[in-house]
Amino acid sequence: MRALGIIALWVVGLFLLAIVPIPREGLLAYVKPLLLLIAIVYSIYRISNGMMPRYRSTGQLLWQMTYIGICGFVLFFLVAPLIAVIPLSFTSKAFLNFTPEMLNFDPAGYSIRWYKIMVGDCSDAVVTTVCGDKWKIGAWNSLLIGLTATFLATVLGTLAAIGLTRPNVPGRKLITAFMISPLIVPLIITAASLFFFFAKVNLIATFAGVVLAHTVLGLPFVVITVTATLSSFDHNLMRAAESLGGGAWKNFRQVMLPLIMPGVISGALFAFITSFDEVVIIIFMGGADQLTLPKQMWSGIRQEISPTILAVATILVILSVVMLTTVELLRRRSERIRGISPA
Amino acid sequence: MSDATAPNQPLMTSDGRLLKDALQQSLRRSKLKALGLISIPFLFLVIVFAMPVFNLLVKSVDDNLINEVLPRTFAIYEDWDGTELPGEAHYEAMFLDLTGAEGIQIGKASTRMNYDKSKWKSLIKKSARKFKNIESGPYKEVMIKTDKKWGDITFWQSLGSMKDPYTFGYYLNAVDLRYNHDKSVTAQPENRRIYKMLWGRTLLVSLIVTVLCLILAYPVSHLLATLPLRYSNLLMICVLMPFWTSLLVRIVAWMIMLQQNGVVNDALVHNGLLDDENRLAMMYNFTGTIIVMTQILLPFMILPIYSVMRTISPNYMKAAQNLGASPALAFLKVYMPLTVPGVGAGVILVFIVAIGYYITPELVGGKDGQLIGNQIAYHLKSSLNWGLASAMGVMLLAGILILYWCYDKIVGIDNMRMG
Repeated sequence: MRALGIIALWVVGLFLLAIVPIPREGLLAYVKPLLLLIAIVYSIYRISNGMMPRYRSTGQLLWQMTYIGICGFVLFFLVAPLIAVIPLSFTSKAFLNFTPEMLNFDPAGYSIRWYKIMVGDCSDAVVTTVCGDKWKIGAWNSLLIGLTATFLATVLGTLAAIGLTRPNVPGRKLITAFMISPLIVPLIITAASLFFFFAKVNLIATFAGVVLAHTVLGLPFVVITVTATLSSFDHNLMRAAESLGGGAWKNFRQVMLPLIMPGVISGALFAFITSFDEVVIIIFMGGADQLTLPKQMWSGIRQEISPTILAVATILVILSVVMLTTVELLRRRSERIRGISPA
Repeated sequence: MSDATAPNQPLMTSDGRLLKDALQQSLRRSKLKALGLISIPFLFLVIVFAMPVFNLLVKSVDDNLINEVLPRTFAIYEDWDGTELPGEAHYEAMFLDLTGAEGIQIGKASTRMNYDKSKWKSLIKKSARKFKNIESGPYKEVMIKTDKKWGDITFWQSLGSMKDPYTFGYYLNAVDLRYNHDKSVTAQPENRRIYKMLWGRTLLVSLIVTVLCLILAYPVSHLLATLPLRYSNLLMICVLMPFWTSLLVRIVAWMIMLQQNGVVNDALVHNGLLDDENRLAMMYNFTGTIIVMTQILLPFMILPIYSVMRTISPNYMKAAQNLGASPALAFLKVYMPLTVPGVGAGVILVFIVAIGYYITPELVGGKDGQLIGNQIAYHLKSSLNWGLASAMGVMLLAGILILYWCYDKIVGIDNMRMG
């Protein structure tokens, strides 16, 4: 509750600071930064004080305030750029910075024109803005490639994980290391290797080539997550199922799969986001037809950077929050199934 | 007691086989089943990943192209003592090779020859055109007449380092060295030395980023690990959100923050802390690379340290203080040593990822933020010097495999967790 109070205070304070016009010359110019500084220090003080017992000394409080201040700065450093993108994507101008209108909360400073341009509605586009179906095509291609690669990676990775967690597998450590290695090898090296290889077998600039490459990149994630879920799997369950006469496939589907499902899904999500986010492979071996979202963003950043990119970025930030919530919920569910943590 | 379990009788299964054999057979079957399950993804990775990477290794030493184009020249090359211009036989061999080979092959080979000695390409290109008008020998004088470089002994000498079908020349080039014509190793000319500097910068950037990540991650991980779960889960979102957000989105976000008219500069100027003329240059340079890479890699450091700190009981610190240690001493002597496994994992992970970075330096690095990954990409896509690109890739890979091995020793690959 106290945290909510502080946040509310901050929102109101920043709003007031923004709309109150203060001259930018002379001593008065320092009023705003000074107020801001006081607000920051006071917040840190309140939080630190709340975390310490009553018998704390002043020295301890100061130390705690430094600690909280540093942590706050780091968390701010991690999140601030991503948060800054969101309001900026609603700008009405074609620049990538906060205009005075936006800072004064003038409605004229805000618009959804860049979102319109993103989805291919060019009614608001000026002559100089690039507008077309490219973002839509890119999103569609990314989805298509991502889903296919995820499916392949999930099937292969789950197979490998099941094999690797069976009792007495010869060379388990080495095989695991090999299966995870695409995660460790820098993307640029994987891209170079696959570029030469696919050039030989005519897979350059084809969907099949990109999907295969993305499958390689996604596979380790599935292996890792499913292995983790399987590590506490009771193999006696499978023996029991076998003794009851189900076939191998039926036993897998009805006994093992439901239990390892959280691991499979979170592995699949990792594989999907890897493919959905992948730039290096696609710019090396994707042709004009394999226009994915990251590729379009890449050329957008390098050539015609416009707030359209910010609109796309905002949507991707929201998508990432959805994904991380899903994975977190899955993780808790899997821990509950495995009895690690109480419900 | 029945006599089936008599003491000296070996144990039998119900269908009358030795239990030992039956067990072994069953174990073998289980092993085969496991290997069968693994074999499909294993083969997939071998074909689509391991073989291509191995192919890269081969490419980095492969130097057969010139041998295919100049077989006759190289066959008699050893007969030449290398002190004066070679005799008519060598000129004839060269002439026949150049007129006999396919145009594309000659083009590729001459590009390769140009890496060792410049002007080979233009010489061969020009000669191949003019040689068509020459009917018959003796060739030596005619060739020198078409281009006087044929009379330049250094061109003939440079062939000496191209003769072998494999070469370590690309590896030498990748560290600013090269072969002389007699295969002794010397430094590249001053103006072509950039790679040592690039390797150094790559290491430096990776080190700085790793250290910065460690400094920033340690207190945050501690906070997350000691707060009640209710709060730490909320704060964890701040760590996981960038982790899950697209790399390019994060780079765009940083461009907005750090550019000349970016949020940071604007905020400083608006609040009177900075003059409008002296806006900080934080993007498209070394600083930009460092800031952006640190933010991108920070979660890789926080997560392993956090997961180790989570398991450290707060009672250890209390016990140490109870025994008379000051909080600082207890932290240094008791708490920090317990976090070493997490720190080790995080440091190696961040370093491994940082050292192979390509996208971030390419977009925010400007000129003095380029790393070795960018140079590999440049040779792959623009200069088409694939041998050099492969050699640098293999060197990078070797370094990373060593670190991967260390990671395995410190944390164990089995313990790698995600999210």
